Amino acid sequence: MSEGFSRPVAGHVPVLRLGDVLLVTLQGDLYDSSAQQLQQDLSETIARSGVTGVVIDISGVEIVDSFLGRVLAEIAAQTELLAARTVLAGMRPAVAITLVELGLTLPGLRTALNTEAAMELLARPVVASRSGGRHEESP
Amino acid sequence: MPEREAGGSLGTPTDEVRDFLRRRREQIAQRWADEPLFRTVFTVSRDEAVEAGKAVVDALAQVADAQRVEDPDAAGFSAVREQLARMGAARARAGLSPSQMAGELAALWPPVENLLVADLDQAPPQGLRECSTTLSVLLGTLRLVAMQTALSEGQALIDRQRLQLLEVATPVIKLWDGIVAVPLIGTLDSARSQVVMETLLNAVVEQHARFAILDITGVPTVDSLVAQHLMKTVAAARLMGAECVVSGIRPAIAQTIVHLGLDLGTVKTRASLADALGHCLHELGTNIVQASDSAGRR
Repeated sequence: MSEGFSRPVAGHVPVLRLGDVLLVTLQGDLYDSSAQQLQQDLSETIARSGVTGVVIDISGVEIVDSFLGRVLAEIAAQTELLAARTVLAGMRPAVAITLVELGLTLPGLRTALNTEAAMELLARPVVASRSGGRHEESP
Repeated sequence: MPEREAGGSLGTPTDEVRDFLRRRREQIAQRWADEPLFRTVFTVSRDEAVEAGKAVVDALAQVADAQRVEDPDAAGFSAVREQLARMGAARARAGLSPSQMAGELAALWPPVENLLVADLDQAPPQGLRECSTTLSVLLGTLRLVAMQTALSEGQALIDRQRLQLLEVATPVIKLWDGIVAVPLIGTLDSARSQVVMETLLNAVVEQHARFAILDITGVPTVDSLVAQHLMKTVAAARLMGAECVVSGIRPAIAQTIVHLGLDLGTVKTRASLADALGHCLHELGTNIVQASDSAGRR
């Protein structure tokens, strides 16, 4: 019980709750281990709190490799299973170009220009969400 | 210095040519000033042409002095290289082909030869022939230097213009709050599509654009490579949170795309830029109402 306030571990990504939305801000280089840790934290937090949306802000990330790209896609898929929507916000142009050149177009992942646009997107009803692709028919 | 008056004893042909060039500098320059190459470049005054001719003669004498009549990289030429480039560029602007330019350069030879023959008429025929050959080689080298300089000048111009074209050809236009458009004109190759992608994505960030329209009305043909570039740009824009609409697909191009079996399924397309703008405005929830209609109903 004394671990209620666990020391922030290096590379640990904080998950903030804002009403019905979880906000995750990624900064700088993200290690593979902390990306997987985030994946686990997110699914547990969603299951516990029953939020309806997750916003992942990656405007501070300079490099996204194929592993992180896959982790992001997996996070989106698993939050979908937990009845929440994930929006990726603020991707840099260079990162977008790199991902496309790698062939990782991340279909089915919702994207927004910045966190504000992402919040607006989540505030809208499910049917009105755009560019969701094949995930639209899920409840 | 060899004795000239005696007529018999000549130095080596190169030395003789050097001395001849230094002795007759003024006359050669005067005659060259009347040749089309100098006359048409230095139109302001004849003196200017004469001065330019003197500079070239000095350079030739210096090269002969260094015993490097066959070397276009000789140090002596560096002084007149810029001047030759200017002359070459002026002639090229006047619409001369390289062969015509070579002809004008060749026209510099006869006056010099005449002067040489007149100057060395006392010399034995063997010595005269040797001098004439050396001078001819020297002028040949000059032609080579001039053509080299002119051509490299042309290449530099082409490089500069290619760079300008790259910058000019990809403007990003803001059509509405949150809507940007890129009208693509001309053939899309890898380098250009890369520039288009970068400028478009940067504009999306700067202008907080939710919609980006790629207008390909000005693209003459669409093959699989161009289609791939388009789809990459669309995918990158989507990753950043903007929706990309491709507009301006002409009927012929639509047929080509279908014939090639290209799948643009993930790309939203509209027939014209106006349709694309209408679609984006609709998605943004903006309605455009005709002023006269609304006024009439009131």
